[in-house]
Amino acid sequence: MTTDERPPRKGFFTDTSVCIGCKACEVACKEWNSVPEDGLDFLASSFDNSGRLSADTWRHVAFIEQRAPLGHQDSGVGRPEGTAGPVDLGMPAFEPPGAGEGGGQGDFRWLMSSDVCKHCTHAACLDVCPTGALFRTEFDTVVVQDDICNGCGYCVPACPYGVIDRREVDGRAWKCTLCYDRIGDGLEPACAKACPTDSIQFGDVDELRERAKRRVEDLHEAGVSSARLYGEDPEDGVGGAGAFFLLLDEPEVYGLPPDPVVTTRDLPSMWRHAGAAAAVLLAGAAVAFAGRRS
Amino acid sequence: MSVWTWLASWPVLRQATGEDRTGRGAAVRSEETERKRPRIADADRVVKSVCPYCAVGCGQNVYVRDEKVIQIEGDPDSPISRGRLCPKGSASLQLTTGPARRDRVLYRPPHGTDWEELDLETAMDMVADRVLRTREETWEEEYAGRRVARTLGLASLGGATLDNEENYLIKKLLTALGVVQVENQARVCHSSTVAGLGTSFGRGGATMFLQDLQNSDCIVIEGSNFAEAHPVGFQWVMEAKARGAVVIHVDPRFSRTSALADLHVPIRAGTDIAFLGAIINHVLTEEKYFHDYVLEYTNAATIIEEDFRDTEDLDGVFSGFSEKDRSYDVSSWGYENVRVAAAAGDRSHHVWEGDEPAVGHAGRPEQHGSGGAVLHEGARQDRTLTDPRCVFQILKRHYSRYTPEMVEEVCGIPRDVFLRVCEHLTENSGPDRTSAFCYAVGWTQHTVGSQYIRTASILQLLLGNIGRPGGGIQALRGHASIQGSSDVPTLFDLLPGYLPMPHAYEEETLDDYISAAGYPHKGFWAGMKSYTVSLLKAWWGEHATAENDFCFGHLPRLTGSHSTYDTVMAQIEGACKGYFLMGENPAVGSANSRAQRFGMANLDWLVVRDFSLIESATWWKDGPEIESGEMRTEDIGTEVFFFPAAAHTEKSGTFTNTNRTLQWHDRAVLPSGDRRSDLWFMYHLGLLIRGRLADSEDPKDRPVLDLTWDYPLEEGDEPSAEAILREINGHDADGRPLSGYTRLKDDGSTSCGCWIYCGVFRDGVNQAARKRPGNEQDWIAAEWAWSWPDNRRILYNRASADPEGRPWSDRKALIWWDEDSGRWTGYDVADFEPDKAPGHRPSEEARGVEALSGVDPFIMQADGKGWLFAPAGLNDGPMPTHYEPQDTPFDNPLYGRRSNPTRLLYPHELNRYHPAPNTPGALVYPYVVTTYRLTEHFTAGGMSRWTPYLAELQPEFFCEVGPELAEERELEHGGWATIVTARNAIEARVLVTDRMRPLRIQGRTVHQIGMPYHWGPNGYSTGDAANELMSIALDPNVHIQEVKALTADIRPGRRPRGPDRVALVEEYRRRAGVTERTGTEG
Repeated sequence: MTTDERPPRKGFFTDTSVCIGCKACEVACKEWNSVPEDGLDFLASSFDNSGRLSADTWRHVAFIEQRAPLGHQDSGVGRPEGTAGPVDLGMPAFEPPGAGEGGGQGDFRWLMSSDVCKHCTHAACLDVCPTGALFRTEFDTVVVQDDICNGCGYCVPACPYGVIDRREVDGRAWKCTLCYDRIGDGLEPACAKACPTDSIQFGDVDELRERAKRRVEDLHEAGVSSARLYGEDPEDGVGGAGAFFLLLDEPEVYGLPPDPVVTTRDLPSMWRHAGAAAAVLLAGAAVAFAGRRS
Repeated sequence: MSVWTWLASWPVLRQATGEDRTGRGAAVRSEETERKRPRIADADRVVKSVCPYCAVGCGQNVYVRDEKVIQIEGDPDSPISRGRLCPKGSASLQLTTGPARRDRVLYRPPHGTDWEELDLETAMDMVADRVLRTREETWEEEYAGRRVARTLGLASLGGATLDNEENYLIKKLLTALGVVQVENQARVCHSSTVAGLGTSFGRGGATMFLQDLQNSDCIVIEGSNFAEAHPVGFQWVMEAKARGAVVIHVDPRFSRTSALADLHVPIRAGTDIAFLGAIINHVLTEEKYFHDYVLEYTNAATIIEEDFRDTEDLDGVFSGFSEKDRSYDVSSWGYENVRVAAAAGDRSHHVWEGDEPAVGHAGRPEQHGSGGAVLHEGARQDRTLTDPRCVFQILKRHYSRYTPEMVEEVCGIPRDVFLRVCEHLTENSGPDRTSAFCYAVGWTQHTVGSQYIRTASILQLLLGNIGRPGGGIQALRGHASIQGSSDVPTLFDLLPGYLPMPHAYEEETLDDYISAAGYPHKGFWAGMKSYTVSLLKAWWGEHATAENDFCFGHLPRLTGSHSTYDTVMAQIEGACKGYFLMGENPAVGSANSRAQRFGMANLDWLVVRDFSLIESATWWKDGPEIESGEMRTEDIGTEVFFFPAAAHTEKSGTFTNTNRTLQWHDRAVLPSGDRRSDLWFMYHLGLLIRGRLADSEDPKDRPVLDLTWDYPLEEGDEPSAEAILREINGHDADGRPLSGYTRLKDDGSTSCGCWIYCGVFRDGVNQAARKRPGNEQDWIAAEWAWSWPDNRRILYNRASADPEGRPWSDRKALIWWDEDSGRWTGYDVADFEPDKAPGHRPSEEARGVEALSGVDPFIMQADGKGWLFAPAGLNDGPMPTHYEPQDTPFDNPLYGRRSNPTRLLYPHELNRYHPAPNTPGALVYPYVVTTYRLTEHFTAGGMSRWTPYLAELQPEFFCEVGPELAEERELEHGGWATIVTARNAIEARVLVTDRMRPLRIQGRTVHQIGMPYHWGPNGYSTGDAANELMSIALDPNVHIQEVKALTADIRPGRRPRGPDRVALVEEYRRRAGVTERTGTEG
């Protein structure tokens, strides 16, 4: 394929400020990709019983219960005059009613966020794959070819987000393909299509980045100062993610690494250094030989 | 393959010669990757369908290849769902094609210890024999000297998950057989909606549609877990929010709905009337009501009878209350000098007597599902609204003590939070702005459920929010066709279109029936005779003639309440012997699951039609009572038949969603094995029964033999659903489909199976199957499917214009009077006579529809007005009054009466109530419990606990408690807790969460416990059923159970096993001093 025919880079923008935590993304993904059900584990972790992204969970909705004012999980667009600003949740303080005016109230919010493979610009999983099972598609997404993967597992520790994982039953590596088969046919990925509130948006990454920036600005204007983007910056440690997020708190809160770096970033310089060292050694050896001759 | 191609496919060569020198892209593409295409690209066909879970009614595209369903996705054409699906809808491929579905008939003989296989034909024959045998044994020609022509030995439950056509056949066949105990989930979920909205506005359906929420300026979600129970519908709330609307969630717990709201207001479960009543008081005293709307479109100015007395005068009861009967004589509630129809004149029994069904009119308020109660003459008015006897002043007085302070006392909501809700609501109501209320079973399932809905109705009328874009009340329905199963009712007290089932006492003849139900002098109920005669023609065809009263005598008669809970008690007593369960699981989903099982254990036979072996099918083998030793399988004589049911993809038909929209879904594939649609089942059962009775001379068999029962058969011997929908729509004497219910005649020349659905086959076209994409239409999308009545999407929309017919504001324009054309015009179909001018005033002699004036937007109401005060139609009061739930930790600070004095109670060893508050025994059950749905599961779990993709998301039954309660009772997060009531004890995993916070009420701290109710012991994900804890205590209007507010104790650890479980419940009862009288007073 020549560069001219290359379609624009595709990705996800997941706007967690409108996520209702319904997990339609998790199910739609499993239905489409025939991802196996992976056990009945009651995790007592709010409403999250999937735990994390894994070989059998390609979309994962995190639930975070916080003692922090509400209004930060708030669409906040076009808010009429006078109603902007963080909105108090109205949870009563544990004190006689009326006494808790103001301060004691509104100290609770419930964040929900659907996580997925980031489809990094610099993808370490892809770099380390020795078989060519992982490859970069014409949409600039990163996909595992299950007919090639031999289950070596090099990719697993390489991922700075802990996304890719080996399936116990067959040992091969599995993760989100950004529905490579669907998008190749002009269809939306299953999760984005199902998402009831459009929290998961699929499209051209450039356009999504624009949209995400506008969304953050709108939220800031509406007083949701905690809104920030995660993974959209081409300057970050993975060269920008193809799947990026609007978060309402620090990434760590959602279980995301604050400053992910492609684990293969230093490989070239390591090789360079190793090469230099080898050269020096060789040179030293040569000098030594030369010295003896002389 | 040439050598060159072969070589070129070698990745190394590709890498070396192509652009991808690093081997991380094109060079490493495998053959499989090259071939990769979405599987739906190879589908043979795409079938348009509708999601079978909740009542949002999301469009689905079903992809079929080689006669197998290979994928189910959202249909982007649907203007309701816009292609989106929740996790349940997304899992419907697994639901319909997964291994959890049974495909063979199973049979358990009496006293048998295991299932046996049985072929379908034999099973059908056996069921037909049993129906006839039981009918013969229990036939009741007369009751107390009156002809009833019925059997109380048979009952049926289920229909809300079925198609309208299926409900139609169930009701038709069973009614002809004389079976009156025909019920479905609508009784248990939304019956109070019908009474509440019906008596207020004239129809029992949501006044608005989901997409209209995007036009709201303020949305109050109360009594509903909207985002979790109707996730795809919630997109319209998010749309409104994005446009700047304020979203308020009033709920005992902080749910996923609260997380997206601007304001969450925690409330003590069971106190919403106090809260809403106080907003009414605020609106009235602060003069925030929409004056012109209230004056012109409501009955605010009407003068009430002089001898009416309010709860303010009588300490918590209205005039006409009889302590002995615990019921009302409602004659003093009427408009001055206006006779009120007898609709509420007879009442159902109030304390169940056990051995004989009490006599009275049960459930009549549900008749107002389409058509309000009836008045005979015009009433006197005071348009200054100052007469102390006018509705406005009576209302003001009734709510005068519902103050912010009282809200604190009763609901636990701080004053400032309460006032903020008032401000949001009043600021966003008026000519230029509208607010909407969204509720669900958090309001309906109370002993005062109907009055919860009434309170919101009154408030919305005062604020002028009914019939206007973005305004209204959305009754969020939770089953695919629960609206449909009320419209085409599998309900004991209704005939299709909210016509009442005839009563034995005053309704011997058709004319008696029409006049007893109240032949009105004004409004569309004037057509009642036409609707009834046309129904009788649809059912009995040529046999129905004017000479024989159109076979009116073929209908069995009611003598009292035959609701599903009365049926359960009748089963326990041994009076009801045969039971059909069609897509319903009462052993998990109905209040007091234990009583449900004891009822079933006393049957002769039970037929269960479902996907999997639900708890209601297997209790005789592995139910909790088998484990506890209270029942022994060998001792149980109930014969059980299990029939595997067809899925929505395997049958055609219509679901009526929460918008009142009938949406057709096409069959994608034929059901396999013994799986059949309920349409097939009822139709063929009818054939078998008719065959057996063919030579009968017995008059009781005439209704069955005279029945019109010849539907064309399609592939798989499935009767044509379209033919049945045509029958429902109706036709004229020449067989031409009718275009609307105004065409119906009372002379027998028209036939119509459900008058409110008349028009769904207008012009011979299946209007419900219209699928013009939403993005090709305006926001109303009138050409997507069909809504009753007459494809109107916003009811009472005449009220969107001022009395002169002009929109109240440009921003909120919907329909208006066009002087030039002399017609109502606008975006929606006018819910009004299209050419009746705003200035029209009827003559004194005018009757029926003629008598409606140009300013009567509530055309189904007897006076054309929205009812702030209901002079008729409800059994427990003309205005909502705060009463405490049956099981409550508090007395009623407003009145001496604690609970609804007319509530229906069923004291029985299996159904004990909790001691009154402030007695020593009450402390034994100190905590407030409420139940709810989760996004990941569906009702009693039959369609989710067996579905692995859903089960893994919420794998175990849990309870939610606050950290304070956890500390008080030493509950461990992630551990186990046992929850105990006087009915049963269950165990649940514990989630300790800040989302459950204690409230301060009357100086005390109240802890609330939240529990989803989806679990039961069968399936892939298992757990105890929350409904084990519930008592049977019912709303007196509609017999809905109170399961949204009760009391219980909670203790750490798992519940005892075996007989010890029963002993634990006993021990609690003993400590609390529970007797058969406990809780029945007050």
